[in-house]
Amino acid sequence: MAYVAVKGGERAIDNAHAWLAEDRRGDPAVPELSLAQIQEQLGRSVDRVMAEGSLYDPHLAALAVKQAQGDIIEAAFLLRAYRTTLPRFGYATPADTAAMQIRRRISAVYKDLPGGQVLGPTYDYTHRLLDFMLAAEGKPPAPAPLAEATEPTMPRVSDILRGEDLIEGDGEPNPAQEPGDLTREPLAFPASRDVRLQALARGDEGFLLAMGYSTQRGYGGNHPFVGEIRVGEVSVEIVPPELGFAIDIGDVTLTECQMVNQFKGSKTKPPQFTRGYGLVFGHAERKAMGMALVDRAMRHDEFAEEPNAPAQNVEFVLYHSDNIEGTGFVEHLKLPHYVDFQSELETIRRMRREAEANSAAMKEAAE
Amino acid sequence: MPTPAPETAARQRWMSVLARASADTIAAQLEGAPALPPSTVLRGPESGLVMMRGRAGGGGSPFNLGEMSVTRCTVRNAQGFVGHAYVQGRDQRQARLAAELDAALQDPAHHAALEAAVIAPLAAAQQEARDEAAAKAAATRVQFFTMATMRTS
Repeated sequence: MAYVAVKGGERAIDNAHAWLAEDRRGDPAVPELSLAQIQEQLGRSVDRVMAEGSLYDPHLAALAVKQAQGDIIEAAFLLRAYRTTLPRFGYATPADTAAMQIRRRISAVYKDLPGGQVLGPTYDYTHRLLDFMLAAEGKPPAPAPLAEATEPTMPRVSDILRGEDLIEGDGEPNPAQEPGDLTREPLAFPASRDVRLQALARGDEGFLLAMGYSTQRGYGGNHPFVGEIRVGEVSVEIVPPELGFAIDIGDVTLTECQMVNQFKGSKTKPPQFTRGYGLVFGHAERKAMGMALVDRAMRHDEFAEEPNAPAQNVEFVLYHSDNIEGTGFVEHLKLPHYVDFQSELETIRRMRREAEANSAAMKEAAE
Repeated sequence: MPTPAPETAARQRWMSVLARASADTIAAQLEGAPALPPSTVLRGPESGLVMMRGRAGGGGSPFNLGEMSVTRCTVRNAQGFVGHAYVQGRDQRQARLAAELDAALQDPAHHAALEAAVIAPLAAAQQEARDEAAAKAAATRVQFFTMATMRTS
């Protein structure tokens, strides 16, 4: 009997997937989307899929967006699944964001910083009015204006403010300590900052936005300022053992956020601004800011702060920031639970029978 | 077996240029160059992953940021030079061409012609793209005209 039911399910599943393929394509009279169109014209979706899928490959991310009909979490899931088919060649040298080819670099705390405020291709200062010119497919836009570039790279604001010792430094890296890797070892607690940053970098943007927002609304807040946001291209360098020297293997677009938060001091140290850090694949300012706010909130133990807000709860945040894990566990509820539910039914029927018998017995005793 | 010792810096430069050039653009430059010597593949081309890293705060302890796709290839050419390539993405043709060029560029007999026909024009095009992006960024740099008056106090 069970076997017959499986066969029936199989055909239904095949037919459902056939309809899905047709539905994905939509009206065949409308031209099909190419991966190049997605990559070029839906860049922020591609960026988000790469960040949450934790795999930098714009072409594959565009394919995932197409396959998932624009469902970003489903697309990120597809990338995560794909990466398990590839061997790991090694680790890159840590990216030098100070050497970034800047497209955008702003500071909300320091107006006349060396290198200046560079707005780049931003939605800030747009009026958020629908542009019906885009609905009418027209001519390509006029080329962006050019100006003479004087400073190809710019110092990070944290390094500039560091000069007066007013702001907390980056800390001395410990060369002996290998950073934790969530793709190799499962999350364990207490989680050190390197593991927390890796988890946040691939965390869900909506979740990090909400958690960061909660710190601003008073749940573990530290009065943040945007010290700096920078967006641009960073070269990736590896040292292949067969060569024994470093080589560039390409460029990736990264967004970095330096959040500057209110001061902390101690008996031995004068007060300093503290910091939260965000670094994300692609052009993703909202996520980099959310990440930096949450990073700072989770550092409560370094500053002897009472951890009583959700964003300061490291376990809660890290266990729920990954949307691939979240979607897997929530959506598995859709799968057949017939046997589980059958046993629950038996239990509740028995409980009700017992309750009825008890009340009947009580009634009899009362009479 | 020849053992040329080219400046590591020069080799790093041409490898970085080839890593940033698509197979089609490399092939187009090769059309105007002397034919590459025949070569046998020692490894790959194969695609895999490299884990990128950042630093806490920008300059602190490293952390694992996320992976990127990378394709590598190793060849030995008829003159005995071994060429390596590691390039971003999954283009196996690019990795193969880059490895063949890495081998041939180490050979003094081929270096000058390939440098002039392939590496120099690709490097120039990449620099031009970087300069254009920098020029667009510079055009969006804010000029605070009120700054002089605000600073008088």
